[in-house]
Amino acid sequence: MKRTVIKDKENYHELDNVLAKYKGKEGVLIKALQEAQEIYGYLSRDVLVHIAYELEVPLSEIYSVVSFYSLFKTEPSGKCHVEVCSGTACYVKGLKNILDYFEDELSLKPGEMTKDRKFSLSTVNCVGACSAAPVIKIGDELFGDITNQSLKQILEKHGHE
Amino acid sequence: MNKIMEDLDVTVAKIKPEERHILLCGGVPCLSVGCQKVKEAISRELSEHNLAEKVQVLEAGCIGNCKLGPTVIVYPEGIIYRRISEENAREIIEEHIIGGKLLEHLLHKDEKTEQAQHRREDMPFYSKQKRLVLRNCGVISTDIDSYMSNQGYAALAKALTELKPENVIEEVIRSGLRGRGGGGFPTGRKWQAAKDAEGSKKYIICNGDEGDPGAFMDRSIMEGDPHSVLEGLILAGYAVGAEQGFIYVRAEYPLAVRRLEAAIAEARKACFLGKNILKKGFNFDVEIRVGAGAFVCGEETALISSVEGTRGDPNPRPPFPVHKGVWGYPTVINNVETLANIPPIVLNGGDWFNAIGTENSKGTKVFALAGKVRHAGLIEVSMGTTLREVIFDIAGGVPNDKEFKAAQTGGPSGGCLSAEHLDLPLDYESLRAVGSIIGSGGLIVMDEDTCMVDVARYFSGFNREESCGKCTSCRIGTKRMLEVLEKITSGNGDEEDLEKLESLAKLIISSSLCGLGRSAPNPVLSTLKHFREEYMAHIKEKRCPAGVCPELTRHFILEDKCRSCGLCTKVCAEGAIIKEGKNYRINPDKCVDCTRCVQECPFKAIKGRKRKELARA
Repeated sequence: MKRTVIKDKENYHELDNVLAKYKGKEGVLIKALQEAQEIYGYLSRDVLVHIAYELEVPLSEIYSVVSFYSLFKTEPSGKCHVEVCSGTACYVKGLKNILDYFEDELSLKPGEMTKDRKFSLSTVNCVGACSAAPVIKIGDELFGDITNQSLKQILEKHGHE
Repeated sequence: MNKIMEDLDVTVAKIKPEERHILLCGGVPCLSVGCQKVKEAISRELSEHNLAEKVQVLEAGCIGNCKLGPTVIVYPEGIIYRRISEENAREIIEEHIIGGKLLEHLLHKDEKTEQAQHRREDMPFYSKQKRLVLRNCGVISTDIDSYMSNQGYAALAKALTELKPENVIEEVIRSGLRGRGGGGFPTGRKWQAAKDAEGSKKYIICNGDEGDPGAFMDRSIMEGDPHSVLEGLILAGYAVGAEQGFIYVRAEYPLAVRRLEAAIAEARKACFLGKNILKKGFNFDVEIRVGAGAFVCGEETALISSVEGTRGDPNPRPPFPVHKGVWGYPTVINNVETLANIPPIVLNGGDWFNAIGTENSKGTKVFALAGKVRHAGLIEVSMGTTLREVIFDIAGGVPNDKEFKAAQTGGPSGGCLSAEHLDLPLDYESLRAVGSIIGSGGLIVMDEDTCMVDVARYFSGFNREESCGKCTSCRIGTKRMLEVLEKITSGNGDEEDLEKLESLAKLIISSSLCGLGRSAPNPVLSTLKHFREEYMAHIKEKRCPAGVCPELTRHFILEDKCRSCGLCTKVCAEGAIIKEGKNYRINPDKCVDCTRCVQECPFKAIKGRKRKELARA
């Protein structure tokens, strides 16, 4: 396969280490994509083309996997990426109000990023902390029993004036 | 068997229960309210008092009563302190550990009797449960030594020394264990079919893709007792003749992945995994596969596609996975909870397990209680326990003096049960008979403030989003259903829409390939059946009785609760509240739904949607 988009091969040093592990093995595409996303935060077209070339998988197949699973992101996210749990318990206990708060305070809807790239927002499938509903997640950290007040504090801690 | 265990190079039981130690709940809900900081504070206090050597601090899995978190249990007395903050660490060490004094103010008090509850046994939350699968969850730490001190891996040693693979299958068949992931297929028969199937290789997959929103049983088991899942998986491998197992975990559960990875490493070191297990010539190894966020992957054929590294598209059955699964080899797929049941069954025999539960549903079931319920958390009861016992006796009922309205079971494939089903025994058949399923065990309690049409809309939206798109009827049918429901919740519905929903549901159920499509209409059908009058209120009166649907909600005053104090007229900036004789009324044309009056009314006589206020029940 011939590559058409190559920007700077040096950039992929870390990724190449990951791909070396998986070359020629069966059933590893999802794992490789997960690790690539861990490195870059999202999967750009360049990265996907590189993976296609290295693992010798058609780019179309890679896109079919990336677009299928909700966890893969093809757009960068903000410095502080807030994920709001949209599980049933969170829904029953005030998911709408959390989304309203983001819309009122940051004019942010799920799937969007603020202009200063500080905050981005998305909803996620149930994170399984239903007894602490409603729940939000920032990075690996979970925050439970969210109220207007606690949400304000959390966002202030992450740089919202 | 005991000799094998003695020969092993494992130091059994670092901590004996009678020794002084502190156990901390390390479940996800407790983590979300800061239990790590509490753990650090306790460790710091211990070293300041030179006790770090004598008193160990251990992190356990989910203790269960999540609303009390962060929770600390002080052993050997087993005293439970609830809602601990960093500041409490010092008093626990100085007054309890050193001074031997009970800290009354940190004990949980019964909501009604105000009586302090010292130990697990004092709390109805625990005393009414039957914990088999959760035997170790929140009782011991998650490491292999603690697990082994509580009969861990004894079942594996027994199977490898005393039982042939077919004997293991016999015991599981005799136990009557059925799949806990929702399907309810007899586990032993599945194993037998895979054992009989021809294939040069066989695989076992542990399905930890717990996608149902509102369910967290499997997460809690994988995090709280990873070794029991692993032992069940190894036993399954031994029984059907597989040498490779996979544990498929959702990406949303990073802690479960970490704990399982640690458990696999420990088990490998202790010779329970790998080549020549316990020197009995049996080889078995396990690999973790992390999902990437697709609900449909909980369906077994889609899960196989995902394990193979491709899109999680479901495939027609037959061929069933037990004949043709991962890469075409016979594959057994068992749910996490099913596998956690296996070690005690092998150890105590199938008859022992068969004696628990109802005629057709044996054993226990773990439920994840959430929503509008006082003690949300993780519980386990015998099959056949009634909904009333679970919600009111164990979980303490609905908080804030609200009425119980519905319980949702089985997630997006299940249905809603109403108050008339409270005395229904929870087992596979009884729930199916009323249009729901036991599912994986998520149980969400809803009160009078929840709109059932909106709940149906929520699940339809979920199913539409998660439909993989392979079958037209599921892809387009779920979308059409959602549109009809949106039409109703926005106040534009008419009576024909209900018939439309019913005929769409029939079509989707009869013509979808996999379980997702075939069960997607269940939440709509069950709410239509049990809460039809609520649909009618939306359609005919253009009113949302629960005050949820924004287009249909106006604030209104409950006459029986109103004491005519007139406070609301003073706080209303729009002048929307008018006095009519003795009663007050809200003028819907002037009201802007600011909810000032709702918040100020001392008698809670004004109802409506609290738009800007985050509900904290």
